[in-house]
Amino acid sequence: MLSTSDIDAIVLTLKLATTVTVILLLISTPLAMWLASTRSWLKGPVSAIVALPLILPPTVLGFYLLIAMGPNGPLGEFTQSIGLGLLPFTFWGLVIASLFYSLPFVVQPIQNAIEAIGEKPLEAASTLHCSPADRFFHVILPLAKPGFITASVLGFAHTVGEFGIVLMIGGNIPQETKVVSIQIYDYVEALEYTGAHALSGIMVLFSFLVLLTLYTFQSRGKASKFSLGR
Amino acid sequence: MSSKTGEQNQIHLAFQLSYPSREKPFDFDVNACFPNNGVTAILGESGSGKTTLLRCIAGLEKSARGHLQIGQTTWLSEQVNVPTHKREIGYVFQDARLFEHLSVRDNLAFALKRSHEKVTRAFHEEVIHALGIEGLLTRSPDKLSGGEKQRVAMARALLIKPKLLLMDEPLASLDEIRKQEILPYLSALQSISKVPIVYVSHSSDEVCKLANHLLVINNGKLATSGPINEVLSSTELPSNYVSEASTILDCHVLERKEKWQLIKVGFDHSYLWLEDKGQELGQQLKVRLLASDLSISLDPAPQSTMLNRLAGRINSIQRDSSSASVLVKIDVGNKELVARVTRKSIDDLFLMVGMPVFLQVKSVAILV
Repeated sequence: MLSTSDIDAIVLTLKLATTVTVILLLISTPLAMWLASTRSWLKGPVSAIVALPLILPPTVLGFYLLIAMGPNGPLGEFTQSIGLGLLPFTFWGLVIASLFYSLPFVVQPIQNAIEAIGEKPLEAASTLHCSPADRFFHVILPLAKPGFITASVLGFAHTVGEFGIVLMIGGNIPQETKVVSIQIYDYVEALEYTGAHALSGIMVLFSFLVLLTLYTFQSRGKASKFSLGR
Repeated sequence: MSSKTGEQNQIHLAFQLSYPSREKPFDFDVNACFPNNGVTAILGESGSGKTTLLRCIAGLEKSARGHLQIGQTTWLSEQVNVPTHKREIGYVFQDARLFEHLSVRDNLAFALKRSHEKVTRAFHEEVIHALGIEGLLTRSPDKLSGGEKQRVAMARALLIKPKLLLMDEPLASLDEIRKQEILPYLSALQSISKVPIVYVSHSSDEVCKLANHLLVINNGKLATSGPINEVLSSTELPSNYVSEASTILDCHVLERKEKWQLIKVGFDHSYLWLEDKGQELGQQLKVRLLASDLSISLDPAPQSTMLNRLAGRINSIQRDSSSASVLVKIDVGNKELVARVTRKSIDDLFLMVGMPVFLQVKSVAILV
């Protein structure tokens, strides 16, 4: 029922989403910790920038990223100078674009969870001979675990579901940038509705299961609910 | 030599801190020195800065400037600011602050793993037993009552093997019954660990029961400090605590009169009659006489229902008071008792220093 190119698209999508989620968790954790605790005036501007992809059309983000990564863009000049060539229409170009696009979906749940913990358990840990690293691994991480799970699931699912920015940055090169959403688009353009049905059905099922897991998990724990675009 | 060991056993502190941005600007400036042993209480009303003082000692107030020396160890000065996790303290918060993701046992293990010195199995068990938390170990903190949480928090703070135990109103969030339930555990804390305790409270009753030394904080400043008996009978108590002026006496039970349901307790050749609450003969009791519960009479044997009368000699009469009443100190044997009387009574009875008088005691609070 699924063609080889469908399988390629699914594998590529999962690879992209996993890569992006892992990198985003690494970037977002310090960023979220900073946002949760800072009193700096930079908090407002940084929060706004992080949340921008929530309201901007993906084409706008895609357009600017394309320029930045292009031969005359700052990112493009940098990647060329270190011998990586140009990023647009490559897998890693897609990764970078997705990092921006999915950032708020990872930062905000972590930030909410850390804000919900507050200073109190951390102060208690300090009085129990707990260094800052010890506090992170043995107090913040376990207490914010639901936030991290929500962040991972949302970041992964949202990367799987993107379309506009992928089309602009990645195009539709099989095994390199042709993810499931692009594959569906190509089917529809070619009026091959059977193929579109199969992949679209899988996407609906996947998305439903992800959200079901998330909400079931959240109603069990008293974890901070995920909320976006605050 | 004695002065040197004295120095070693002191806590010197001087903290300055201000919150100009709060709705009510608050300037905190406290300078104090107290023994690094026994129980030192910090007494003050809410908003006086007593918790701030404790947080400064723990290093939790990041913007505090000044000086802190515990015995020979400096935790804060111009050059050093030892972070909280490197200060060898235990801290019992008003709201317990147990880790919600860990069971009671794991909360204790958290401290054991990080203790400042090795915790022996015997001490571990003694702490759990003394605080009566054997039955709670497998529970989760959110299944504990307020009193149980505080007991676990105290155990956790002891198991870190602190050199100084800081307690921030551990009883404040509890109702009266729970308070009475926890108080004996507090006394047990000191006796099993021998650790010096700094105890913050707004209740002079609690403080009288537990403390040897007292600092009174008022409006972000130190109002007075010293051994508890001296401070409570001093004329320097801030106006909001003037009504707490009192004498604390250590007595022992001499005899029991079952006919009257009374016991006779002695202190320094004098005695008092107290209600018989089943105390044992020879038992040590700590009692508190509020200055306002003592009245002065010149008549050696008046017809009166007043049960307790003590003969003494006026030692001093407070001069500088703007209120209608003043404190009078009376020597009874070697003990100094303090009574609050009106200026009018002083004039009417021509009371003067050195005069022999009789003290009538309206009521006695048994502390321990």
